[in-house]
Amino acid sequence: MREWFASVRRGNLGALPAIAGLLVLCTVFTIMRPRFFSAGNFANLFTQGAAVTVIAMGLVFVLLLGEIDLSAGFASGVCAAVLAITLDQQQFPWYASVGIAIATGLVIGLILGFLVAKLNIPSFVVTLAAFLAFQGIVLLIVKDGNIVPVRDEVIVALANKNMPPLLGWIVAGAGVLGYAAIQIVSAVRRRARQATAPSWNVLALRIGALAVLTVTAVYVLNQERSRNALISSLKGVPYVVPLIVVLLIAGTFLLHRTAYGRHLYAVGGNREAARRAGINVDLMRISAFVICSGLAAVGGIIAASRATSVDPNTGGSNVLLYAVGAAVIGGTSLFGGKGRVLDAILGGAVIAVIDNGMGLMGYTSGVKYVVTGTVLLLAASVDALSRKRASTSS
Amino acid sequence: MQAPLLELRGINKSFGPVHVLRDVALTVRAGEVTALVGDNGAGKSTLVKCVGGTHQIDSGEVFYEGNPVQVHSPRDAAQLGIEIVYQDLALCDNLDIVQNMFLGRERKRGWVLDEPEMEALATATLAGLSVKTVSSVRQPVSSLSGGQRQIVAISKAVLWNSKLVILDEPTAALGVAQTAQVLELVRQLADNGLAVVLISHNMNDVFAVSDRIAALYLGQMVAQVKTTDITHAQVVELITSGRSEGLAQ
Ligand SMILES: Nc1ncnc2c1ncn2[C@@H]1O[C@H](COP(=O)(O)OP(=O)(O)OP(=O)(O)O)[C@@H](O)[C@H]1O
Ligand SMILES: [Mg+2]
Repeated sequence: MREWFASVRRGNLGALPAIAGLLVLCTVFTIMRPRFFSAGNFANLFTQGAAVTVIAMGLVFVLLLGEIDLSAGFASGVCAAVLAITLDQQQFPWYASVGIAIATGLVIGLILGFLVAKLNIPSFVVTLAAFLAFQGIVLLIVKDGNIVPVRDEVIVALANKNMPPLLGWIVAGAGVLGYAAIQIVSAVRRRARQATAPSWNVLALRIGALAVLTVTAVYVLNQERSRNALISSLKGVPYVVPLIVVLLIAGTFLLHRTAYGRHLYAVGGNREAARRAGINVDLMRISAFVICSGLAAVGGIIAASRATSVDPNTGGSNVLLYAVGAAVIGGTSLFGGKGRVLDAILGGAVIAVIDNGMGLMGYTSGVKYVVTGTVLLLAASVDALSRKRASTSS
Repeated sequence: MQAPLLELRGINKSFGPVHVLRDVALTVRAGEVTALVGDNGAGKSTLVKCVGGTHQIDSGEVFYEGNPVQVHSPRDAAQLGIEIVYQDLALCDNLDIVQNMFLGRERKRGWVLDEPEMEALATATLAGLSVKTVSSVRQPVSSLSGGQRQIVAISKAVLWNSKLVILDEPTAALGVAQTAQVLELVRQLADNGLAVVLISHNMNDVFAVSDRIAALYLGQMVAQVKTTDITHAQVVELITSGRSEGLAQ
């Protein structure tokens, strides 16, 4: 605990601002609009924020290297359009379309990464150009003014259907137990080798907090949300939630438990040092863009599912800014070397709450954008200041 | 006297028209600190970069443990057991000490990093070098002082069972107390049986830790003598004019 305080004082705020922000926002919105604090709206938050959150997860990888991908929003749009067209016009089965959409994302990332790493064009310029070009590609695929419907049951279910309540409990229970098992085994192993390990109290606190959070969330989501339950019942955890949790676990594992992740942090922290340590810096940079665009594709699929259609504006307007904002608000640094996949979820939650809460209060899009922009600026200032603090305190 | 670990003979190196190293010979022994001195631009850094595989020599021979070797890349050098600690530190601020020490050569169990193993090895290495200035090996490098960073960088070089550690001006940016700590570590390396090459402009440092002094003057090796056989003034003379009266070669 004392170490944690010391680290916070050194400017390592971690998830603190995002969690504090979430609590404040939720309290304010609940007081202003009690409907905000309802099971139905709680479920809405997940499905509304899912696409942006997944895109933000990908952006974390690129931001870790101190790069930026401004094209992630429209890359998700291109992939969503590919998905919709292959489903609607080619009648592909859903898994084939999903595969092609994700492959499209990976290829996009490969091209962007190649241009940045091998030709040494600043990522800002490459992805700004791609931003414009991808917007055009979405228009070309969808054909101006058209809307491509998405009718495939599996795809539509992703962001619109819920798990049966019992399944929700089983998955949640397995998740919490799995987390506890991994934490305990790793702590025991570390202790056996006299390595630094969190104290049992901290461990119990972490596992307990996750259990309480999960049980509460599943309990609330398993409540009946339909106004008229006799006509159509609406309860259970939305299918996107386990998808996001799986992506969170996979991304966290990759970043913190593998050499690949370690090297990603190293390249973001000090590229020259990484190069001298024998790390293939170009390969790391290309791979980060591939992961980013690949996750953008997943985000695009979620967006297409939620809207049950794809139009020329899918992945456009505020999507990219919200995604970058989510990563930064969550605590990922714009200067590289610092960030976690979890940041995308925390920041994504903040943005979803602002967007949703202000919508309930009847504010127009104009006001919402101004507020979200301000919050992003605030988060970037916290990032810059904590960085300054870290460098002066040493 | 035991055979030298590293022996260079007739090394030449040019960058275009600039002839930086001219028939340089150098002998480095295990268990000793060999100080490499010379004025700015004498070619000290170039020489160690040739040994480390960053630069290729134009002509000359390199013997390592008595055998002729060719070092074409830093990887070759690392395989031979040669580690170079560069003047500008090669550490990542956002990683902790253990992570930095194992960067690029992480220990794994399958796909997963073996953190306890790496932490134990790092701790043991620091203990073996009697390093006491860092309180926790899980501290991020950003929280360390310049001297502590230099100590981490040097310890990193030792971790790989290296036999020859080359330090390019490791104390250039340090205060008095931190310089003393780093020099103590340099001495400890040699006492542990490694061969150490120390590049320094500071005569006090050179005389404090070195066993032998090799002086480069305009790309030529003008003397290589035991530290006990030479005085401050004579070394300064060698550095500035390339020769020294009354020095038995
Ligand atoms: N990559 C290079 N290309 C061209 N010339 C070079 C290169 N590297 C070094 N030199 C030249 O070689 C000479 C020796 O440089 P070097 O860095 O080896 O000197 P040094 O003895 O390490 O000096 P200092 O004490 O200032 O570090 C200098 O004249 C320098 O300009
Ligand atoms: Mg030099």
